[in-house]
Amino acid sequence: MKFILQYLKEYKWYATLAPLFKMLEAIFELLVPLVVASMIDKGIANADRGYVLRMGFVLLALALLGTTVSITAQFFAAKAAVLSTGRMRADVYDHIQSFSDAAIDQVGTSTLITRITSDLNQVQGGINMALRLFLRSPFIVAGAMVMAGTISWKALCLFAAIIILLSVLVAGLMRCTVPMYRQVQRRLEGLLTLARENLEGARVIRAFAIGERERDEFARRNEGLFETAYGAGRLQSYLNPATFVLVNLGIVVLLWRSGAAVNAGTLTTGETVALYNYLSQILIELVKFANLIVQITRAYASVGRVEEIMEIVADERRHGERAAGADKYTAIQFLNVTFSYNKSEKALEELSFSVPQGTTLGIVGGTGAGKSTIVRLLRHAYDVTAGEVRLFGLNVDSISDEDMARLVANIPQHVELFAGTVAENLRLGNPDASDDELITALKTAQAYDFVMEKGGLPAEVRKGGANFSGGQRQRLSIARALAVHSKILILDDATSALDAATERELLKALREDTEKTVVIVSQRSNAVKNADRILVMDGGWCIGGGTHEELLAGNDVYREIVEAAQ
Amino acid sequence: MQTSSIKSKNQTDGQKSKTRNAGLLLFLKPYMGGLAVSACFAAISVFASLVLPVFVGKAVDCLIGAGKVDFVDLRIILVKMLIILAFGGIAQLVAGRINIKISAMAVRRLRGEAFDAVTRLPLSSVDAHSHGDLESRIIADADAVGDGLLLGFSQLFTGVLTILGTIGFLFYISPHIAPVVVLLTPMSLLVARFISDRSRKYFLEQAALRGELTAFCEEQIGGVKLLRCFGANERSKRDFAGFNERLNEISLKATFYSSLPNPSSRFVNNTIYMAVGVIGALYAIAGGITVGGLTSFLSYASGYAKPFNEITGVITEFQNAFVCAGRLFELIGAKPEQETGEGELLSVRGDIAFENVAFSYDKKVPLITDFSLAVKRGAHIAVVGPTGAGKTTLVNLLMRFYDVDSGTISVDGTDIADITRKSLRSSFGMVLQETWLREGTVFSNLTLGKADATIGEVVEAAKLTRAHDFIRRLPQGYDTPLSSDGGTLSQGEKQLLCITRIMLSLPPMLILDEATSSIDTRTEQKIQTAFHRMMQNRTTFIVAHRLSTIRNSDLILYMEHGNVLEQGTHEALLAKDGRYAALYRRSLG
Repeated sequence: MKFILQYLKEYKWYATLAPLFKMLEAIFELLVPLVVASMIDKGIANADRGYVLRMGFVLLALALLGTTVSITAQFFAAKAAVLSTGRMRADVYDHIQSFSDAAIDQVGTSTLITRITSDLNQVQGGINMALRLFLRSPFIVAGAMVMAGTISWKALCLFAAIIILLSVLVAGLMRCTVPMYRQVQRRLEGLLTLARENLEGARVIRAFAIGERERDEFARRNEGLFETAYGAGRLQSYLNPATFVLVNLGIVVLLWRSGAAVNAGTLTTGETVALYNYLSQILIELVKFANLIVQITRAYASVGRVEEIMEIVADERRHGERAAGADKYTAIQFLNVTFSYNKSEKALEELSFSVPQGTTLGIVGGTGAGKSTIVRLLRHAYDVTAGEVRLFGLNVDSISDEDMARLVANIPQHVELFAGTVAENLRLGNPDASDDELITALKTAQAYDFVMEKGGLPAEVRKGGANFSGGQRQRLSIARALAVHSKILILDDATSALDAATERELLKALREDTEKTVVIVSQRSNAVKNADRILVMDGGWCIGGGTHEELLAGNDVYREIVEAAQ
Repeated sequence: MQTSSIKSKNQTDGQKSKTRNAGLLLFLKPYMGGLAVSACFAAISVFASLVLPVFVGKAVDCLIGAGKVDFVDLRIILVKMLIILAFGGIAQLVAGRINIKISAMAVRRLRGEAFDAVTRLPLSSVDAHSHGDLESRIIADADAVGDGLLLGFSQLFTGVLTILGTIGFLFYISPHIAPVVVLLTPMSLLVARFISDRSRKYFLEQAALRGELTAFCEEQIGGVKLLRCFGANERSKRDFAGFNERLNEISLKATFYSSLPNPSSRFVNNTIYMAVGVIGALYAIAGGITVGGLTSFLSYASGYAKPFNEITGVITEFQNAFVCAGRLFELIGAKPEQETGEGELLSVRGDIAFENVAFSYDKKVPLITDFSLAVKRGAHIAVVGPTGAGKTTLVNLLMRFYDVDSGTISVDGTDIADITRKSLRSSFGMVLQETWLREGTVFSNLTLGKADATIGEVVEAAKLTRAHDFIRRLPQGYDTPLSSDGGTLSQGEKQLLCITRIMLSLPPMLILDEATSSIDTRTEQKIQTAFHRMMQNRTTFIVAHRLSTIRNSDLILYMEHGNVLEQGTHEALLAKDGRYAALYRRSLG
């Protein structure tokens, strides 16, 4: 609740004007029974036709005024709901964009997407409804009570008793159902996951012929969802009948008490009719209110889910002060670096090496040897567990993510391209790159020819780069990194989809830039054999370093890798 | 041959609505009884709420003035009211309960059937359809049908009953004023209609923009790590802010215009209320109606408009629910993978034969035109060639993900069309380049094909494939939870998991489609022993990009554009000095 209020506060004028105008509307509406009462008591009793007509005119004026203020209120309510949710959406998005790699891995992207889209849509609908009707109902109810109080304080007590009973009922029900609706949402996500898996993994699931098991699992989860959803619905279903019975009981009591009062001459017939009208108004509002509770409850559950995202620590990494000690000549330096993704097993142990500016470092090793971990630590995607990583003499934790992106261009294993044009994709890291710069990058990445065939820089790139082959996508991803003009370039197994000839041409072209420090991570010795220095990784340990020739002579593992490739 | 069995656009609307209506009727049938019972209770509750104001009117008429109150009559009237009240309350509760139960049961059934349909859809349909669309049918559409159609039905029923009942009571109290209300109130309906037609335009725009925003989020939230690499997070935030701005603008209009029908129709109702009040009062002065009568009359007049408003709402929801129902029944009624034979493969030997097989995905573009091949049990067949050569298509046909257009494929002399898909598929172990892991632990991912495997068996298999080494280093070992994209696992590690999965269940024939493409050559060599053991005496198809892995195959097929251009052993093909030899030389560099 505090979460929502904090956003509504920014639009406090809209958020207060909306209910204020609703209150005006309520007041106009509350005057109606009074006018009708005097119509009966004065107009009919005195057979005054002129009076009746005058009162009719007053009723019409009230209706007109009521509609005008009501529309104004709707406008402010819509504005408050849409703008505050919009702000919330922007904040959630910004928060997600500042998630570190570790935070993303922990949460997973699919649930983030649901929360920023469908959950926030629920919230918007909920706020709008709340401002429009949630506040109108209490006004009418409270107003009706005040009006009733001006007629008879005994009636006021009766009304108060009914309202208190109902409030207790509503509060109790909400308390029970909010957690249930939250669970409904969770279980729904469980169903969605299974459905998605059976679509994405259709081939594997069918190859194992486990369709039956999948259907049983779905039925089990579906049953669970049914239990909670039906359970919540069953509780909610008490609300309407209870309201109906309570308010009508009140009417019976009112009429009985009024009988005595009218008989005693302390109440007129017209006043009784007015009290009855107020009670009916309360009934109508409360029924509306009860139906709203369901929507509000669901929206409230969604607010909780959005809040959860905002509470996640976006960036758990250390960000140190920039210390002096810049070193122009040593591009990369690992000093006794130890790292583990969790506390137990180490992914890297006691790793030290340095790479002089303008040279090429090759890193080879098997699956799970720790190659990608080196790259992640170099970019400060994670904090080291012990030791220090320095780029040009500066500890990586003193370099901001933006500076890091300009300093180090990374070509990841897994290629991601965005829907748009080739030029837009290439400008990801350097929005100001000229067309000529992009062309140069494409040529170096051996991507110029096929891009020209597709229509050059304005050529369309479909979602995920679906209109390019695996090798072409990889070359576009390389060109994208080259367009950054970074001092350090990392190829993290980034040539796996290229044939040997293209790979050779690419590496040759990269060597022509003698200023750039290049790190090539590969499983194959071909890609690294011309590097100035090669690190051989195995099981998180660096088990050798040197040139291709040195390692070939003195390192068994490296020799195995070379032989395996032949 | 299968075509996409979820209807595509070329199908006529007539056919569409026919299947939908038939599906809808069939679907509603089991709930008819329950709905009828609920309708009876709803009728009681409507009657109760309608008849109460009459008694209020009568009670008011007992309160003539000071000292003139008729307590005897008043007491009788109030007791009657209490009885009606009790019946009405209970009836309302029962009707509500039944409705909620029916709707929840219907949603459960719809989801179950839709999921069943998804698991039985031909692969061609799964490949051809947007997965997001199919998912939203199972999740969102099912809710819309349950809530909109069933709850809507009961609301509609109650609404109509209330309107009819009110008209009856109005005429009963005063046949002279009643026509005023009956004739004027539908005006509010027209006003509401007029406005909601206009707001629909903005609603559609809002829905379209929300869809775009979702697509944007999928790309940019899915790519947060990449954006960070390129320092593009700030730019992404600005792009999103622009998007958000546009969405706000449209949402504001949609929300505001959609909120107008309520006050507008309320204005009409209040005007009518005024008219009835004035006419009624004048009529009462003339002695045509009592004050109590006027009281209950006015209460009907104000209550009369409510069901009209509700019905307008219900009708929009109905339209939406109908569309959703159509989409769901289309999925549920989609033609499943049809079994063409009952045969079971028992103790497979592994002789496989292709005879004059022809197949293409798009019937206008021929792919495989005439493919014949006889494979002896235990042979290892490698398939190589450029992208689009039809290598993976052979896998699709062998596993019967797709069926041949003509010709036959047989296993041990039996046409695979005469064997159940389950039996055929469980005879093959398949590892694909596109690794697929599901949400769950490492252990549950490994035992996908063998649910009853013990941890001992799993560890043994993982040791053979060298996956044990890195699994051991994971936070919780074999119990480490994995997200659907595998989280921090590298592509090679994911592939090792997929190979272990097969190592564990070890079916009699194998298909390895680029199974080791992301595994380094050294690890690959280390698991060769395991691979050899796995492939020993097992007919194996290997699709490979890296030629070093297939040199020892018994037969190598070089394919291009769906046709086998060269076949033979590695040595024979090198000696031939054709396309394979050229490809091999290129790969050596």
